[in-house]
Amino acid sequence: MVDEDPQDAPAQELEPTSGDAAGTTSRSPLLRMEGIVKHFPGAKALDGVDLDVLPGEVHCLLGQNGAGKSTLIKVLSGAHQPTAGRILVDDTEVSIPHPVAALGLGVATVYQELDVVDGLTVAENIYLGHELASGGFTQRREAARRTREILRRLGHPEISPHREVGQLPAAGKQIVSMARALSHDARVIVMDEPSAVLDSGEVDNLFRVVRELTTQGVAIVYISHRMEEIRAIGDRITVLKDGRTVGRNLPAHTPTRELITLMTGRTVEYAFPQRPGVAGDAPVVLDVQGLSLAGAFEDVSLQVRAGEVVGLAGLVGSGRSEILETIYGARKQTAGTVAVSDKRLRPGSVPAAVAAGVGLCPEERKSQGLVLDEAVYRNITLSTFARTARGGWLDERTERREAREQAEALDLRPRDVDRAIRTLSGGNQQKAVLARWLVHGCDVLLLDEPTRGVDVGARSELYALVRALADAGTAVLVVSSEIPEVLGLADRVHVVSDGRVVHQAPAQDIDEHGVLDLVMEGSAA
Amino acid sequence: MSASTAAPPADETTGRRSWLSGPAGRNVGLVVALALICVAGVITGGERFADIDNVVTILRAAAVTGVVAIGMTFVIISGGIDLSVGSVLGLTGVWATTVATQTMAEDIHWLVMVFTALAVGLAAGLVNGVIIAYGRVVPFIATLAMLASARGLAEMISDRQTQRVDVAGFTDFFDLDPLGVPMLIWIFALVAVAGWFLLNRTTFGRRTVAVGGNAEAARLAGIKVKRHTLYIYGLAGLAAGIGGVMMLGRTTAGTSTNGVLLELDVIAAVVVGGTLLAGGRGTIVGTVFGVLIFNTLTNIFVLNNMSTSAQSVAKGVIIVAAVLLQQRFANRSRST
Repeated sequence: MVDEDPQDAPAQELEPTSGDAAGTTSRSPLLRMEGIVKHFPGAKALDGVDLDVLPGEVHCLLGQNGAGKSTLIKVLSGAHQPTAGRILVDDTEVSIPHPVAALGLGVATVYQELDVVDGLTVAENIYLGHELASGGFTQRREAARRTREILRRLGHPEISPHREVGQLPAAGKQIVSMARALSHDARVIVMDEPSAVLDSGEVDNLFRVVRELTTQGVAIVYISHRMEEIRAIGDRITVLKDGRTVGRNLPAHTPTRELITLMTGRTVEYAFPQRPGVAGDAPVVLDVQGLSLAGAFEDVSLQVRAGEVVGLAGLVGSGRSEILETIYGARKQTAGTVAVSDKRLRPGSVPAAVAAGVGLCPEERKSQGLVLDEAVYRNITLSTFARTARGGWLDERTERREAREQAEALDLRPRDVDRAIRTLSGGNQQKAVLARWLVHGCDVLLLDEPTRGVDVGARSELYALVRALADAGTAVLVVSSEIPEVLGLADRVHVVSDGRVVHQAPAQDIDEHGVLDLVMEGSAA
Repeated sequence: MSASTAAPPADETTGRRSWLSGPAGRNVGLVVALALICVAGVITGGERFADIDNVVTILRAAAVTGVVAIGMTFVIISGGIDLSVGSVLGLTGVWATTVATQTMAEDIHWLVMVFTALAVGLAAGLVNGVIIAYGRVVPFIATLAMLASARGLAEMISDRQTQRVDVAGFTDFFDLDPLGVPMLIWIFALVAVAGWFLLNRTTFGRRTVAVGGNAEAARLAGIKVKRHTLYIYGLAGLAAGIGGVMMLGRTTAGTSTNGVLLELDVIAAVVVGGTLLAGGRGTIVGTVFGVLIFNTLTNIFVLNNMSTSAQSVAKGVIIVAAVLLQQRFANRSRST
């Protein structure tokens, strides 16, 4: 099924057949993707994906993190070029070399992080990039008229075209994003977890809009993890796993168990270290009680013993990262306490947490973890240079020695600690962040997505390192979107859904299936 | 990101290239630029340019800008900007030459004048720092406000009158020239050396680079970013205060117009010296060269009786050329 030819078959760009009535009742696919393959250096993100979308249907796309949903959307929206495979619109093969081409074909995407310009009005946002103009002057009145028309179509005539978008709530911005899609005469609208930014009342509204659009013949590709949403508005489901289509055009009422079975059992290409088992009398090092952060998570209590790895499993946006950052003091809790070895930490103070022996490897390594232009050793000693210094004078010799020791211990490549850290691979950059806390000497290590952007080979190494740290007595709390990673690495697992810990169990007592069941159905509450 | 696992044999070539595109390499570029300007000076000015007295004149003229530029270098490396240094310099001079301060200095010691000026500069800088770090006002706006109000305050205090320096000890000190080098040049050299150590050898300098390179990473590593930001603007204010004292020593008068538009010369010198306006990278040596390049150029124009307008045009050209060259270097070092 997969097109083996690495170079695309000669595909011509097609003018959109805009004359074609959108409300066509023929049930031949509006959009068809066949055997889409996408290689990135060192990784195969898509390995033969098929998707066909009928006019007027809500087609749900299901799959775990890393299954390839995002990449597929990017291929469809022209942000990525597929390595192989065919895309057909109205049974005619097309190529989508850039995002504007996708819009020209009537394919529009509403991203999760809404891409609107806050400082512009609703009408200006909708016609951004394809302004209605004559002789260089924008036709504001005509734009406002058409905007009103589109907003009426979306069931939101109350939004004024002249309103500044920054003043709208998230739901309003989403409507503007959809209106922009319609302004391009979109016949396929891809919605990436649209409910993630909405509260429940707004979700009902979203469903009304979606139904409105589908009766007009527009097809929706709907990405969500929430089963009750899929049941409520979905027509058919395509399931992705490991970059392949594993379930094709399933009916929306397919039982959750069956869907989860398709999504799980991912081929794990990396080895997890042995769990030696933590003694029950090992001291509790990290003790979190009733921790809450308004709008992110509520009443989280957990304990990590010396030598233990505890995992937080949950979907993106479930509040996992916020929990770690709040424990670390990077955010200030609205309630609850964090104690390290029975000493309470000052809320909202990173220096206090660091002084108490807590280290964080943040989620966004480049923007939160590293000073990219600085030398490797200076990144490694970023938390300790002041301690090594004498009376404010740096001791760079000691810094280099400490960095080199850790580079040796972690097998950092290349070993040269004077290089700019920018030049290292993702896995080695992650090792450098770990090395920082090894130099510092941590009792508690918080790891947020430790293997993001790390290739398969380096992953096993990192897992072994984390386990070795725990064996040496460190309490480790790890967050990952990849459920197999949490299950393979942790001794105990807490499942987080919608900002609450909904379940906790020893890692060997719960499987991927169980975790997914909890996060997908658990969010229905 | 991808070249990380490259084989070691490539190291030699990349090593050489990174030396040229590294800080040392950029400074080599500045040396060459200054040398070329000097050659132009010798050709057009001959004896008059190459004369020792003329060199002293250039350095003396560069001293005030130079000291303020050292402080500015820290601000810009940290990712900020300080537009208020010229006004703060004016304010410090006026405050130190008020009748009350001078009378006190006559009675106690001439250093009273100096410390008054330094304290005023430091205080103005700390106000900037508080507004920026804790009030979360962008540095451009916060220091623009200080630019306006410090100048206004200077005018109010001096009633727009020139206040002569009558403290004999003070003027005598600035008339000294140990080893034949005027005091102003000594102070510039001292501040530059102190700045170099502060940036390269102390935790203060390391924090400055880390905050400018990635403030969020610095914060998550446990660095107190806000407090450090406050200190940096305090330092810039202090440098402006030192500049104000030097200006008094040079002109023996405090007026509210001292240091008008100085901030532009200072920022230009720092940027030409290779400090990235985006923060995270910069050198003291580069800044010193930046200051010397502009002042040598001014000297050549003066020796040749050319208009100040032509000077301004030349300055503009130099700024653009220098930044374009740096971007070339920066891109090359990143692509390796």
